[in-house]
Amino acid sequence: MSFTQRHLLGLEGVPADEIVHVLDTAKSFVEISERDIKKVPTLRGKTVINLFYEASTRTRTSFEIAAKRLSADTINITGSTSSAQKGETLADTARNLEAMRPDAIVIRHPSSGAPHLLARAVSSPVINAGDGAHEHPTQALLDLFTIREKKGRVAGLEVAIVGDILHSRVARSNLYGLTKLGACVRLVGPPTLLPDEFESFGVAVHHDLRRGIAGADVVMVLRIQRERQGANFFPSLEEYSRLFGLDRAALAAAKPDVVILHPGPINRGIEISSEVADGPYSLILEQVTNGVAVRMALLYLLAARGRSDAEREAEEREAS
Amino acid sequence: MTKDGAIAIEGGRLIDPAAAIDAPRDLLLEEGVVRAVEAPGTFRSTEVARRIDARGCWLVPGLIDLHVHLREPGYEYKETVATGTAAAVAGGFTAVACMANTNPVNDSAAVTRFILERAAEARLARVYPIGALSQGLRGERLAEIGEMRAAGIVAVSDDGNPVADAGLMRHALEYCAMFGVPVVDHAEDPGLAAGGAMHEGRTSIRLGLKGIPAAAEEAMVSRDLLLAELTGGRLHIAHASTRGTVALVRAAKARGVRVTAEATPHHFTLTDEAVAEYDGNAKMNPPLRAAEDREALRQALADGAIDAIATDHAPHHRDEKDVEFDNAAFGIVGLETALPLSLRLVEELVLSPADWVRRTSVAPAEILGVAGGTLRAGAAADVTVVNPEIEWRVNAAELRSKSKNSPFLGWTMRGRAIYTIVGGRVVFEHLAPAAGASQSER
Repeated sequence: MSFTQRHLLGLEGVPADEIVHVLDTAKSFVEISERDIKKVPTLRGKTVINLFYEASTRTRTSFEIAAKRLSADTINITGSTSSAQKGETLADTARNLEAMRPDAIVIRHPSSGAPHLLARAVSSPVINAGDGAHEHPTQALLDLFTIREKKGRVAGLEVAIVGDILHSRVARSNLYGLTKLGACVRLVGPPTLLPDEFESFGVAVHHDLRRGIAGADVVMVLRIQRERQGANFFPSLEEYSRLFGLDRAALAAAKPDVVILHPGPINRGIEISSEVADGPYSLILEQVTNGVAVRMALLYLLAARGRSDAEREAEEREAS
Repeated sequence: MTKDGAIAIEGGRLIDPAAAIDAPRDLLLEEGVVRAVEAPGTFRSTEVARRIDARGCWLVPGLIDLHVHLREPGYEYKETVATGTAAAVAGGFTAVACMANTNPVNDSAAVTRFILERAAEARLARVYPIGALSQGLRGERLAEIGEMRAAGIVAVSDDGNPVADAGLMRHALEYCAMFGVPVVDHAEDPGLAAGGAMHEGRTSIRLGLKGIPAAAEEAMVSRDLLLAELTGGRLHIAHASTRGTVALVRAAKARGVRVTAEATPHHFTLTDEAVAEYDGNAKMNPPLRAAEDREALRQALADGAIDAIATDHAPHHRDEKDVEFDNAAFGIVGLETALPLSLRLVEELVLSPADWVRRTSVAPAEILGVAGGTLRAGAAADVTVVNPEIEWRVNAAELRSKSKNSPFLGWTMRGRAIYTIVGGRVVFEHLAPAAGASQSER
């Protein structure tokens, strides 16, 4: 079994066995973070660029720690320090970064498809750290990892994803990852944030929280963006919270051993109550811990190949 | 013998539905008009400046594109009247009608005259300016339509911007009736379309892009059909893209509303799946729609519910496309690919050759009230000689348009114009590749 992807732009195109391979690889990296000296030389001499066009603490830090624990040199470029402020296009930024010969580029961008644009312009592997409302594959991988650790499997589990599905890259990546690994996925949210068209992705659509999470093994709660109320997706955060906020009473509909995931940062008392977020079934902090291991695995799988290998493969692909 | 001397076109198949002819005929062009249409061989001993061998080819009244953006004045880095009309004649079009969203906007007789002067200098295709409906395309006050009509506009439109104010649209329809020009409707409900980057459907959900629902177009088409009915004005629906629009237009025609409609080659050829992995060259407004919409357009072109094929030729610089998909400019070039793409409808038996001529020449001439649409004796000598069999590959470097923003780059096309003749002058000639240079302009 191996990982054949050149980039990680999304989970939509990654076969199930390669997803499992990433999860298995991540498992072997967990232990490194538990050592006193949390560093291995795996990526010594490699350069990883974190290109973040959108505010992010958790994901950027997680990638940076992952790279450093593998001994890679990391460069962080954020929206406010980048040439984007001076009007440089992403394609030009990509060409300039390419000229510096990085071994991997991690990109977070508010526009869906920005990582694809980057990947077309560079020869180094591109890892999507979240693009618009498209995908956030490393988040889904760490969610899958966390579920698998806790439940021992993914196949056959009933997983409910609750919230603003329409605008959620986390929901899309999880939808692909979970269904590929055999979970049954239900999406839950108001019709304004969850069009019925999602059913065509092989998942169930629910507009009632309790019905949507009934009998669930896993409930994944998404962050609700405050600006959505201004755009009339729902009247107020209060009403959203009353209809779709996950509290202990609502959670009674799920299985007794249900576990709760949330990609963070959480809005306490809005999409999730504090007693649920901090409760015994909450895996929110495990997700963060596992995120480092999963990203180490990905950097290892994508960046450890020398640039020359990657370039040669690219040329072979062009030629074929 | 003068430079624009007589031309005999011999050995071709004349398809002139307005004259009820589809038969082998030779044409004699002289002094800018069709002098005679006769049986093959008739002009064998006639003294002419030039003989065109049209064996294996169709002779059709010049194609007329009633919806292009020539970008001049103001956006000459995208296209000019000269490059746009060069693209037009290379694509078999003898005339184009150009939209008003230039800079300055064509909302005055001065800008209209400027465009016509540029067209006269280029001496390629005929250019018919379309005037702005509202001053500055702002959708507030009517532009000076009468002044522009006197200067040469053939229609009015705020194309690119929907007319949000129904009262303004009503007055435009009423006022234009006085000049006999149609109002060309870019039908889009601004609230429903706001922020959208592609068709709303499974693909937009998959890609995480904000969708433009079919209802954004249909809501406005509905409103404007009611206003056309109310006023008795002439409405032309630009770039119809949805099944619902087709149904609305069909029903309105049945009850006698004075409405015509056009569809673009990209809308009847592609679907929203062409956006694939965020291809900026598949971004346009209205967006590529679903398969059932494409099918409805093809059906409507077959039965005449949609009258005309128009390109919505919208040149954009590479830098405006090579960006994040939601920041990419809307629009694609179409003048040089429309002929073979529409001929696919003939090959697939959606259109007869005569219907193809109706959609690409007869109807556009009627809608705009301009010369062309027929090759009967006395008509303008605007002729497109089409080789329907020739295969060629769409290559960016060979496109005449200044911009190369086409989703059809790399496609193999079948059929092309090998001679384009405007007013009796050969303005484009496609030379066989064996002859060395692939094409030349006169």
